[in-house]
Amino acid sequence: METTESLTASLDAEVLRQRLASLALAEGVRRWDLGASCSTDTSVQVDRGEAKQMKGAQRSAITLRVWNDDGLVGITSTSDLSDAGLARALAGARDASSYGNVDEIPDFSPLATAPLPVLEQPLSTPLSILTLLDTLRDAERDLLGRHPAIGTVPYNGLAQRSSDRLYINSDGACRQQRLSTASLYLYARAEETGRKPRSSGAVRLAYGAADLDVAGCVQEAAERTIAHLDYAPIATGRYTCVFSPEAFLDLIGAFSSLFNARAVLDGVSLSRRESLGEQLAVPFLSLHDNGLHPANVGAAAFDGEGTPTRRLSLLEGGVLRHFLHSEATARAFGVAPSGHAGMGAKVSVGPDWFEIGPTPGSSGGASGLDRFAAGSCGDDRGLVVIDSLSALHAGVKASQGSFSLPFDGWLVQDGIPRSIEAATVAGDIRTLLKAILGFEGPAKVTPDGLCPHVWVEGLSITGDA
Amino acid sequence: MVVSPPTGALAATERSSSPVALGDPAWRTVLEPLLAGGRSAGADLVEVFLERSDHLGLLAEQDSITSVSPAFGAGAGLRVFLGERDGFVSTNDLSAAGLRAALEQALGMLGLVLPVRSGVGFDGLPSLRDFAASKEGWLQACPSLAEATGRLLEGTDRLQAHGQHLQVRRGSYARDWQEVLVAASDGTFARDVRLHQSVGLNVLAADGDHRASLGRRYGTSDSPEDLRQWDVEAAAIDVCSSAGTMLRADYVEAGQFPVVLANRFGGVIFHEACGHLLETTQVERATTPFAEMVGEPIAHEAVTAIDEGLTSGAFGSLAMDDEGMEPQRTVLIENGILQRFLSDRAGERRTGHPRTGSGRRQSHAFAAASRMRNTYIAAGPHTPEQLIASVDRGLYCKSMGGGSVGPTGQFNFAVEEGYLIDNGVLTKPVKGATLIGDAKEVMPRISMCANDLELAAGFCGSVSGSIFVTVGQPHIKVDTITVGGR
Repeated sequence: METTESLTASLDAEVLRQRLASLALAEGVRRWDLGASCSTDTSVQVDRGEAKQMKGAQRSAITLRVWNDDGLVGITSTSDLSDAGLARALAGARDASSYGNVDEIPDFSPLATAPLPVLEQPLSTPLSILTLLDTLRDAERDLLGRHPAIGTVPYNGLAQRSSDRLYINSDGACRQQRLSTASLYLYARAEETGRKPRSSGAVRLAYGAADLDVAGCVQEAAERTIAHLDYAPIATGRYTCVFSPEAFLDLIGAFSSLFNARAVLDGVSLSRRESLGEQLAVPFLSLHDNGLHPANVGAAAFDGEGTPTRRLSLLEGGVLRHFLHSEATARAFGVAPSGHAGMGAKVSVGPDWFEIGPTPGSSGGASGLDRFAAGSCGDDRGLVVIDSLSALHAGVKASQGSFSLPFDGWLVQDGIPRSIEAATVAGDIRTLLKAILGFEGPAKVTPDGLCPHVWVEGLSITGDA
Repeated sequence: MVVSPPTGALAATERSSSPVALGDPAWRTVLEPLLAGGRSAGADLVEVFLERSDHLGLLAEQDSITSVSPAFGAGAGLRVFLGERDGFVSTNDLSAAGLRAALEQALGMLGLVLPVRSGVGFDGLPSLRDFAASKEGWLQACPSLAEATGRLLEGTDRLQAHGQHLQVRRGSYARDWQEVLVAASDGTFARDVRLHQSVGLNVLAADGDHRASLGRRYGTSDSPEDLRQWDVEAAAIDVCSSAGTMLRADYVEAGQFPVVLANRFGGVIFHEACGHLLETTQVERATTPFAEMVGEPIAHEAVTAIDEGLTSGAFGSLAMDDEGMEPQRTVLIENGILQRFLSDRAGERRTGHPRTGSGRRQSHAFAAASRMRNTYIAAGPHTPEQLIASVDRGLYCKSMGGGSVGPTGQFNFAVEEGYLIDNGVLTKPVKGATLIGDAKEVMPRISMCANDLELAAGFCGSVSGSIFVTVGQPHIKVDTITVGGR
């Protein structure tokens, strides 16, 4: 008889606070804060109808910050939530505080007790791992049956997670968020006789495994893989390119230091303090960070410092409007924290979920696309559609603004798309943002954000032809 | 050299001994019932991996320490095999009840149930093979916080002394101590302590519109003295020299060229282009073109490639793998002929390739998989100058960035510092190059190997997490490869 998974993650915030307060008092630590999380996960992978691996995990973790008598901050992280573990973490953090950064001392977020946004995040009951296995096996079989050339689905997985995270501090802040999420990914490998193997796939997220759009994931993975079967090399040169929503979001994410106050203060961003108000992109581009978007599955209600998550305008009309902030960077800029902090000895700052699209009231660059209307590709070379980018960790130099990235995509000539065998796209992000011709179609929801197709002119493509 | 006793956070945290050290004989009485129970439930094999870890990360920026990040933890990974299937559960709960619950969950994944009575098919654990006995003092022998932060600040100071137009100077240090205990129902019972330290210097040079960001990282295993012996002056000169050169470098012109790759981290080409495809995890997934090619040529006859875990102090060396097996020297390719694959326990069961001591994982949270250790192309007969002189027009890659390989065997990696070769001579520096290709096509094009083999530390992320590895090679020449640029 099948049963549902009985293990679900939970933390008792009040018990944890009392234990820590007691330990801190004994150690003479008066000011502290803590981020904690625990989770239970189950996941499956399959290989041509057989269970390849089934995994389960119970995880717990805390990061503890203390302020010493000189006001300096130290931290320690541990997976040991026992009294002994907390005591050891407290002692470690206090010792580390002797080396705290005198020049920039973090403080509690002034918004750590502000009201939190209300998120519609239904908690789902985990499915049994055997149900996950059956679901994934069916999905794999379905995908393998979509085309004779699809021989395997080498990268696949169906996972579900139940998690609990909290933030508490010695001034009485107490944040807690329980969440259930599930994910499915299918990456197929297809090969036709005498030709090179091709691969593509799709991902889906939901609040529970039973809610995943399995059919949609199979369909998208099949379409993308089959669309790359007939390939040809591309000649090296400059092309007008159309980024898929996923590819453009990946690129913007890789250069998010443009909008990151931490990176600005550290001198590793292309932006400076004075850059606010500067024209960074074409006038019809609007970019927001919005972790609260209803389509952002698993959105965090608060950041690592307890600051509520909120929607923040980064580019409006192509003009740089705001930076992403932690408590410390916000204080340095004289603004409020924006809810984008992590927790650490040096607090990191990062984006949540991007919304990219036309500036309200603008045409979204429609006029820029006119010369491509009616099936014309604008020039003899054709149009390059960039479906997905690879190796962003290696090919992006964020502090220089340059990128050189392998991609999967198509060359469209005379209205007919043909997959590109192997190629890289290279350029400078500042130039690219000002070379956007326009947006095409409605914005698409992806795991990383919301974005339409984005047309850019004059990018360098290196191919094998 | 004066060895200082540890002070501050390291000493304080290490004095506390919760949870119990894995060398404690009491673990036998916890583990044997688990292994016996799993076997009695019908599992072919049960494996328990226990881990304690102690990490320290430091960051210096300009002339200040800006981050001190200690972390410690413990956990277990329990894996159960039935035929070619397996179930794996990880947990931070090392109590007997917690481990039993994890075992029950792993067994349940395979449709097995822990019986009330056990003992069938398990004769108890043998004597412990204790590789850690001589390593108990390693953590205490590492530099104290005061000493480590001092060394990093020395590094950023030396950058300032040797660099020009430096907008950002950074030094970083990571020390990872790990104690592991592996017990399995096939009689595996072994303990080890690992110590990895790495230190790096990074700069961002800027002058007007010209910018160059560059870094170098050094790493060793099992050497508490590593940070003390770090040649900070040479490291700073190396980084500053490269940054100065690359600051005003032009972007490389795209195309197909012959390429000469420098030694040390140039070995990332073999790691990405071929090494991953010689892991049995790739055979299992049917994602390697070499699966049926043992005994056949897959590379130019100039190429002999080796993976081993034995080189003293190398980042990828280990006394035993994460499945309790001692590492080997595995010749992967000899004179262009494929010899064998890297295999772990699951790989052996599923593909038939015998284990090579290559079962590795980032932590208890990952099941072990066949992974590389110290992987390199063997030295050849030429001098580096002969390789460069053989190229009329091409690219010399002095320093490589990271790279990756996809499910179709397509690889790519970034060139951090490159120079054009014209008529056999290095000329102007160029930046922004990406080398892309297909393993099956590029391996036969490695036509010349020089006599200057050197290794370099790196991190490799794959199915079983991020692990410490070494890449390496002598200078090599690739007859033609696609260079992405502008």
